[in-house]
This record gives sequence, C-alpha cells and structure tokens, in this order.
Amino acid sequence: MDLTALIIKTIIILVIFGVTLVIAMYSTYAERKVAAFLQDRLGPNRAGPFGLLQPLADAGKMFFKEDFIPAQASKWLFILGPCLAILTALMTSAVIPFGESVKFDNMLIPLQGIEVNIGILYVFGVVSLGVYGIMVGGWASNNKFSLLGAIRAASQNISYEIALGLSIIAILMMTGSLSVSKIVQDQHGFAWNLFNQPLGFIIFLTCAFAECNRTPFDLPECENELIGGYHTEYSSMKLGFYLFAEYINMFISSAIISSLYFGGYNYPGMDWVRENLTASLGTTGHNLATAIGSAVFFGKIFFFIFFFMWVRWTIPRFRYDQLMNLGWKSLIPLAILNIVVTGFGLLYEVKYASWIIVAVMVVLAVASQARAPKGAVSAQKV
Amino acid sequence: MQLTNRSKQVSNKEMTLAEKMYLPAIAQGLAITFSHLFKKRPTIQYPEVKRYLGPVFRGHHVLKRDEEGRERCTACGLCAVACPAEAISMVAAERQKGEEHLYREEKYAAVYEINMLRCIFCGLCEEACPKQAVYLRHDKFVPVFTEREDVIFGKNKLVEDVNNRYVRNNPEVKATPTEPTLSGAAT
Ligand code: SF4
Ligand code: SF4
Repeated sequence: MDLTALIIKTIIILVIFGVTLVIAMYSTYAERKVAAFLQDRLGPNRAGPFGLLQPLADAGKMFFKEDFIPAQASKWLFILGPCLAILTALMTSAVIPFGESVKFDNMLIPLQGIEVNIGILYVFGVVSLGVYGIMVGGWASNNKFSLLGAIRAASQNISYEIALGLSIIAILMMTGSLSVSKIVQDQHGFAWNLFNQPLGFIIFLTCAFAECNRTPFDLPECENELIGGYHTEYSSMKLGFYLFAEYINMFISSAIISSLYFGGYNYPGMDWVRENLTASLGTTGHNLATAIGSAVFFGKIFFFIFFFMWVRWTIPRFRYDQLMNLGWKSLIPLAILNIVVTGFGLLYEVKYASWIIVAVMVVLAVASQARAPKGAVSAQKV
Repeated sequence: MQLTNRSKQVSNKEMTLAEKMYLPAIAQGLAITFSHLFKKRPTIQYPEVKRYLGPVFRGHHVLKRDEEGRERCTACGLCAVACPAEAISMVAAERQKGEEHLYREEKYAAVYEINMLRCIFCGLCEEACPKQAVYLRHDKFVPVFTEREDVIFGKNKLVEDVNNRYVRNNPEVKATPTEPTLSGAAT
C-alpha cells in the first residue's frame, strides 16, 4: 500500500467518523421529530429553520451545565464510564463496508475502514465491551439506582448477545465467511439475506434493540423504577456522551442490520447501472456507481434508524422477567432451531429452509388463536 | 356501571401462542402509530398565531370612560371589597370645579391600583361595580413583568384610551393578542 492509498484510506476513515457523528447528532433531532409526529405534535421547530439547529443548541446546553462528580464516587472510573461508552460505540463502524470501492489511479480502494476477515467477531467483541461503559459508570456513581441500572444493562446485554450471536450463525453458515464485506458481496443484487433468513432477521432485530438499550428494552434507564438508571448521577457532557453513545449505537446497529440482512449497498439492477456508468464515464462512472450504492446503503440505515424510533414511540417497556423470558426461553431456542434448520437446508440444498419455521409458527399461532376462548382477547399479558 | 364502552375486563388468562409471540400486536401498534404521521397537527404556533379565547375571557383590567369621555369610577370601593385577592386599592378625591369633563361623579379615584401579582382574574370586581367602571378585557393579557416595580398597575395603565375604546363584542377582534401593546394604548 503506497502513500496515495494510505491517504485515501485515512480520508475514508475520517469521513466515516465524521458521518457517524453527524448522523448520531441528527438522530437526536430526528428522534424528537419522529416522536412528535407520531404523537400529533410538531417537535422542535424554533432553533433555525425547522429546528435544524436544535442538536447544536442541545450540545451547547450540555457543555454549559455544571460538570458534577459526586463526593463518594470513584472519580476516575466515573470519568472513564462515558468515555468507554462512546469509544466502543465509535469503534464498531470500522468494519462496515459503506460502499463497494473507489477507483483512483487504477487502484481499487474499498469504502471500508479496515477489512478484517473476522469482521463480525470484531463487531461482537466491541459491542460486548460497550456494556463496560455502562457498568463502570453505574458502579462508580456509588448510587443504588445507578448500580441497579448497570446490573440490568449487564445481564440484559449478556443474555441478548447469545441470541444475537446465534441468529447470525445461520448467515455465516450460508456465506461461509466472517467478513462483513464478504457477507455483503454475497447478497449481490437482490439476493438479500432477509429472504433466506426471515426468522434470523427478526431475532437479530429484537436483540439489536436490546443491545442498544432502546425501548422496549430500555430497562437500564427505566425512569419510573430507577430514576435515570446508570446515568442518574451524570451531568453535563458526560451525560451527553452516554446519550450520544446510544445514538451512535443505534446508527451502527442499523448499519449492521442493513448490511447483514438487507444487502448493504446492493440494490436490484446495480450491475446494469455500474456497466452503463463505467462505459460512458470511465473511472468517474465507477465512483459514481459506488456513490449510488452508498446512498442506497444510507437509505436503508435511515430507514432502520426511523424504525428504531418508530418502535420506541409505539411499544411500552417490557418488565424485567418478561425480558429475560423472551431472551432465554424464546429467542435462544428459536435461534438454535434456525441454525439446525438452515444446516439441513444447506445439506439438502433447500435455500428457503428457514421459512419452514416461520410457516409452522404462523400455523401454530393461528391454531392456538382459534382454540382460545372467545371474548376477552388481548387481556393482561403475563 | 359502565361509563364508556372502551373499558376492558382485566383477566389473567393464559396468552395464546400468537399473543406470546408479541409480533402481531406489535405490528398492530406500529400501524396505529404510523397512521398518526399523516394526521393533522392541532398545534397552534403560539407567538405567531393566537387563538381567539372567546368574549368571556378575563384578561387585562380596564377602567371605562363614559360616552363623553369622563371616568366612570366613583371610588366607592365596592370592587376592592369584592376582590377575594385584595388586589385593588384606591384613594378617593373630590371633583373640583372645572373638572366635570374629566370625572362623571362628584367623587373620583385619584389613585386606583391593582396588584397584578395578587389578582386572580376572577372578575368579581367587574360584577361588584355599580357604575360599570371596571372591566376585564377579553382581548388582552396582562403583559409579563420582570421587576417588582412593574407589578402594580396604576391608572396610567388601566384607564381606557378615549380614541381606542374597549368594546366587549368587537367583531374585529379575532384573536387574543398577548404582546404588551399597552404602553402606547393607555394613558
Ligand atoms: S379580577 Fe378578581 S382578583 Fe382581580 S382585581 Fe378583580 S376581583 Fe380582584
Ligand atoms: S371601579 Fe366600580 S366598584 Fe370599584 S371603586 Fe370604581 S365605581 Fe366602585
């Protein structure tokens, strides 16, 4: 790799970094707008046109708040907590392929921070480090509620990481690689994994919600039980870091969901677009086609960010035992079943084997619905 | 007794499999919230758009003049007695020769003050007044004050402007303005 390639790589990494931050920043704005629109309100609209400067105003406010460290807190860990949270949140984006490749001086440089052949494992490693940010912060605050929130976060993340990991094993089996860019390349065109792995997708999505501590799984910061959860004692930009880390995580999860199940930068007809553009414009055409792919990828990411918000403002929080039951008794067995069925599917070359589970589940559900006593449907959930 | 038909009997029955999977219910909920994206927003953009609060809104006080421009208040003190918040105080004075064009009765209020921090805008002063002198405007809020000195409204702020009389059923008033437009209006 010579100097130009290195420079381009650096630029790509910096751009990814910047884009992550900007998207996370505007996610806070989008969250409030989406919440408002789902609730027939208007949302922030005073700071700048359409309230577009709201994130800046928020950040300004955060900076000017008193930065308070409780007397009994363990000082360095207290500072370390939010730093860890935001650091781990930012690290994940390194292995996500944001587009195919840019051509420069006959060099093909993939639009990706670093290409690791165990990309998915890297993501999982960093994500599971992320819980330390919450744990350390919650513990260092020397506050019962923070500690409870931190414990909840830890146990929830550990439980759901299992199902998360198991749900993508089916994909890894089908692709035969741990590299994210390989998985994305494998879904070329319209061969998205979603169509082979519907069950895996639903499990992954649910677990991603839990991993991000988003509603309906936001028990670590459950206001009505734990005041603010792990960030009760935090103020000023340290709190800002925690909140910001959540939005970065949301962006990264959306990126991973769209690259694992929705084909990343792949879209139907991409070959045709690339051929035509390259034929008429040469290198520029190649780069242009890559840009279109990236735009498609970001479209998918934005959709999932919206989905995260949409779900947040629709579904109430789970109870803690419900959360654990769902994780251990439903998602993990289902994920294992999915692996087994996909394995058989690969063995006998039935591509859509995973649909069998979905079909069986729908039939069972309809049957049990039909057998259920009529009348008081949708009563209290147990 | 059933008040609405929306109440649901709470039961502890076993959930069916479909309910245990949550997904149908979640999809339903998502559909409901999504439909709200396209609903009309009832928000009124407050400082720019003001809502008409109706002809019975009780806002800023006004001391009326009669048709010839004379102050109606005769400083009888009934409004002060009626006021539950004890917000009104006044000093009476006798009308001198040559002041007939200023005051309608022989006795008038030389000082008439309402403490706007005490006032609860109940409108009892308006009801008590035998001379139809004090009213609460329906088209003007009491402006915000930031200093203790601004709290007490004297006659300079209360007595109505001859050229800009207050009419309760003014059809031109479509909104209740809230900005402190008082300074120029009242003398
Ligand atoms: S509106 Fe009520 S509280 Fe206010 S001055 Fe009149 S009587 Fe007193
Ligand atoms: S405003 Fe009416 S009630 Fe009050 S002192 Fe004057 S005349 Fe009497």
